[in-house]
Amino acid sequence: MKITAEITAKNVYYQYSADSSLALNNINLTIKPGEFVAIIGPNGSGKSTLAKLFNGIFVPTKGDVFVDGLNTKDKDKIWEIRRKAGMVFQNPDNQIVATVVEEDVAFGPENLGIAPEEIRRRIDEALRTVELTEFANKAPHLLSGGQKQRVAIAGILAMKPDCIILDEPTAMLDPVGRKEVISTVTKLNRQEGKTVILITHFMQEAVCADRVLVMEKGRIVMEGKPNEIFSQVEKLKQYGLDVPQVTELAYLLAKDNVPLPRDILTVEEMVDCLCQLM
Amino acid sequence: MREITIGQYIPGNSIVHRLDPRTKIILTLAYMILLFALNNFYGYIFPAAFLILATLLSRIPVRYLVKGLKPLVLIIALTFVLNSFMVKGRVIYELGPLDITYEGLSQGAFMAIRLILLITGTSILTLTTSPIALTDGIERLLSPFRKIGVPAHELAMMMTIALRFIPTLLEETDKIMKAQMARGADFESGNLINRAKNMVPLLVPLFISAFRRADDLAMAMEARCYRGGENRTRLKELKMTSLDIATYAVFVLFAIGGIASRFM
Repeated sequence: MKITAEITAKNVYYQYSADSSLALNNINLTIKPGEFVAIIGPNGSGKSTLAKLFNGIFVPTKGDVFVDGLNTKDKDKIWEIRRKAGMVFQNPDNQIVATVVEEDVAFGPENLGIAPEEIRRRIDEALRTVELTEFANKAPHLLSGGQKQRVAIAGILAMKPDCIILDEPTAMLDPVGRKEVISTVTKLNRQEGKTVILITHFMQEAVCADRVLVMEKGRIVMEGKPNEIFSQVEKLKQYGLDVPQVTELAYLLAKDNVPLPRDILTVEEMVDCLCQLM
Repeated sequence: MREITIGQYIPGNSIVHRLDPRTKIILTLAYMILLFALNNFYGYIFPAAFLILATLLSRIPVRYLVKGLKPLVLIIALTFVLNSFMVKGRVIYELGPLDITYEGLSQGAFMAIRLILLITGTSILTLTTSPIALTDGIERLLSPFRKIGVPAHELAMMMTIALRFIPTLLEETDKIMKAQMARGADFESGNLINRAKNMVPLLVPLFISAFRRADDLAMAMEARCYRGGENRTRLKELKMTSLDIATYAVFVLFAIGGIASRFM
């Protein structure tokens, strides 16, 4: 398998305008090929801004962002960077360009100037990966939110990126749609080996990541494996964040002297631990 | 509102459906020019025959063509009536200060037939060509004029995006309308001016949201490496086949017939 992109941020500062406060304040970060990183944080913590720096939509006010060794400030390389690091946005309606699903998936490769037969191959492959093959000729407005978001993911996949950045892709979806999107994203990471950066405010979604970053006021304040992060329930609450329900339950039980580990993240783990207590 | 279809395209796989959209656009234009080039009733036989042939081959039910005429019945009637009164000549009937003349009736009928053939002919185009194919066709037809500053690709892209967002914005209108009605807005009663005024709480949020969507979409398009029409390839390349050439040939025959009828 091809080595996927590595994203590096070096002393990154970002301001929306000269007199506004710092949206990002000295961010240093390395994302390894094939890694699944979740970024969580309250509204206005700078997590979306950071995501937009990763594919050159924004350029750092100070510092540098490298995608696979290419500096996002390099104007000649910007399209190559955007191809390598594809981005899925929050609102599924506002990122679909064409009136037919397959035409929309074709949009990216068309922009890259790829030959029609190859575009056709890529569309079929991308739609198969997101499990929407039978919707290829449907109009996007007839799909559910989760399906539309998967069309958007397919549109990125057709550009053959190394890395996929998802900026709160589930914020506007119902629980079913959320599950569809997260399982697609997990599959892309585990089976296709894509580097995934998932920005979210649903803690449950961060559980499947390899690494979780917590942001607050433009800084990375916590960093670690999901169980390391979520076991620090009090600290997270201080930042105005929730922990996954099961973790919270374990935390409350532990407080009442039930001997449970603090890093339980899934229902299955909880069941295992509780059974051992019986 | 979710079930809304855009344009009046009827999917199908007839010969007319399979023609290159460029062929259909060019022939529709040529057909219109032919209609205006005719100067007597006999001439209409040729475009009418061509229209009937196209309708039969397209397997479009005639009622769809009739439906297309409905909104324009008033204009057709008005054309007929005005022509009947306005043209001077042999008086058939006097209606107060107005005279109905033989020449007027004939002129009115001539104009009405021209309009009917015009509308029905263009309907065949929109009924058998999907909006995307139409847009593609227009883009390709306009692209030679890019050198003199015609933004062919941009126009086509705007049309595509507009088509894409019609259902989204309709849905949104519906949502805002219900939200405002829940808070006591009244969109149905009152006179015309009041009703127009009552639309303000609907239109303002709709516009704001449309601009926000435009902003989001522009960013998403750039993130997908969109940089205008330069070096762009297309999934579906248009290509002219022998079918298209045969169609042009058939039309030319009818057109010659039509032009010849001028000298009868």
